[in-house]
Amino acid sequence: MIKFQNVSKIYPPDIKAVDNVSFEVGSKEFVSIIGRSGAGKTTLLKLLLAEEKPNQGRIFLNDQDICRFKSTKVSELRRKIGAVFQDYKLIPSKTTYENIAYIMEVIGVSDFEITRDVAGVLEIVGLTERANSFPAELSGGERQRVAIARALIHRPEVILADEPLGNLDPYHALDITRLLLKINTLGTTVILVTHNKNIINSLGKRVITLQDGKVIRDEQNGRFIL
Amino acid sequence: MRIMASMFISFKRIIKASGRSFGRNKGLAIVNIFIMVMMLSVITSLFFFNHISQFLILSIQARVDISAHFRFETLEQDIREIKEKIANMDGVEDVEYVSQEQALKDFIKRHQDDPVLMESLNVLGFNPFLSSLNIRAAGPVYYQAIAKFLETEPIKEFIEKVDYKETKPAIERIFALTANLNRVGIGLVAILAIMAVLIVFNTIRLAIYSSREEIKIQRLVGATNWFIRGPFLVQGMMIGVFAALICLSFFALGSWLISPRLELLLPGLNIFSFFIKNIWLIFLIQISIGIGLGMISSFLATRSYLKV
Repeated sequence: MIKFQNVSKIYPPDIKAVDNVSFEVGSKEFVSIIGRSGAGKTTLLKLLLAEEKPNQGRIFLNDQDICRFKSTKVSELRRKIGAVFQDYKLIPSKTTYENIAYIMEVIGVSDFEITRDVAGVLEIVGLTERANSFPAELSGGERQRVAIARALIHRPEVILADEPLGNLDPYHALDITRLLLKINTLGTTVILVTHNKNIINSLGKRVITLQDGKVIRDEQNGRFIL
Repeated sequence: MRIMASMFISFKRIIKASGRSFGRNKGLAIVNIFIMVMMLSVITSLFFFNHISQFLILSIQARVDISAHFRFETLEQDIREIKEKIANMDGVEDVEYVSQEQALKDFIKRHQDDPVLMESLNVLGFNPFLSSLNIRAAGPVYYQAIAKFLETEPIKEFIEKVDYKETKPAIERIFALTANLNRVGIGLVAILAIMAVLIVFNTIRLAIYSSREEIKIQRLVGATNWFIRGPFLVQGMMIGVFAALICLSFFALGSWLISPRLELLLPGLNIFSFFIKNIWLIFLIQISIGIGLGMISSFLATRSYLKV
């Protein structure tokens, strides 16, 4: 489903964020990406979202080379991916409810479905009471949960979660992990980037380890080893 | 059918988002409207300025004419023939025949309260006034041709004097002055209008600059450029509509208040009736410039942030 083929990304002057990386992620797979800070994990996700273009190599989603996509195709691509960003990237002028509903509005889902699904997902992430709060009025953990809710709401083909557990207490972290696993069993591909050792070790899923922009380990039933 | 329904839903959502954003950013919207009102006022002033200067030119043109005074012995028959010929010339708007008797009557009517002048007339014992033709031309360019015609034989023989030659430098000066004033005035207002347009553009650009992060996020979650840009364009349009309505009200009130005072200064010039007569045209100019500028500014300002 997702294929990285000899992908390199160099930031000026000559910082190699991703260095000749190749791997494939199958449909309905759950993959964790680990690595130290600056190992290239976030850049990898940015490349998959077409937020950055690689200097070398090709990236495929459903056999389509996303590096050649024009603006409209990029929008279509991003609608197939639910992304949880490290810095949340919530729209500051919109409330929790509006932030989550926005992607459904973009897709053109009916008002009835938006009302029903947003209420449902707010309940799952425990933010029903905060529906009318703006991002600035939320705590770090709450913002993270809004970002997760926004990534899930439109049932994307792939979920890219960049440190979605970073600001959560153990109780919520476990809850969100369970949610991601459940979504995965329902047929969504999940790519999880995290530093949470316990969660990775308890998952028993595939783990890709990055170091200095290179893949140094790629194991099924992998463990958190840095 | 499905595409139409989806377009309608998107359109409805864009309008809703614009209204919501407009309401949440009232302060910014008010600043934008205020700047836009200023700009539209400058442009509307240009429209009024043009009308007033046209009025001045026309009134000066109406005042300058050629008076051909005929010798005492000239027959009325001959004068009427010359009048016919002049009336048929190019650029001649009006020719008025003033007989000796009429000229005397006009003089008496004008100066009946002046005993010295009336007494002098009595002492003189005869009508000293000459018959004349007052010729009004469409513009200064025609005066030369009329003057030449009056100098041809045999007409020249009948004529005692032509007033045109004496007032020619004055007429030319007035025309040159009004034409220059008009040019300088329009030039000044045009420069002001360009500055105002640039200020409006920059104000809207700054307002959108504060939303640049939001635009990038919207792109990252998969919104199309038009879905992101739509609310900004609609808000630009709303600013234009509100500004045009406010500006129109200001000018209605302003011209109603100023008109009587200006009419004292320049009789015959009623800018309030000019405003009422041209209200739709003025509103059309204001609203099209307001909406156009609001939308173009928003379009250009969002463009650079959509490249994510």
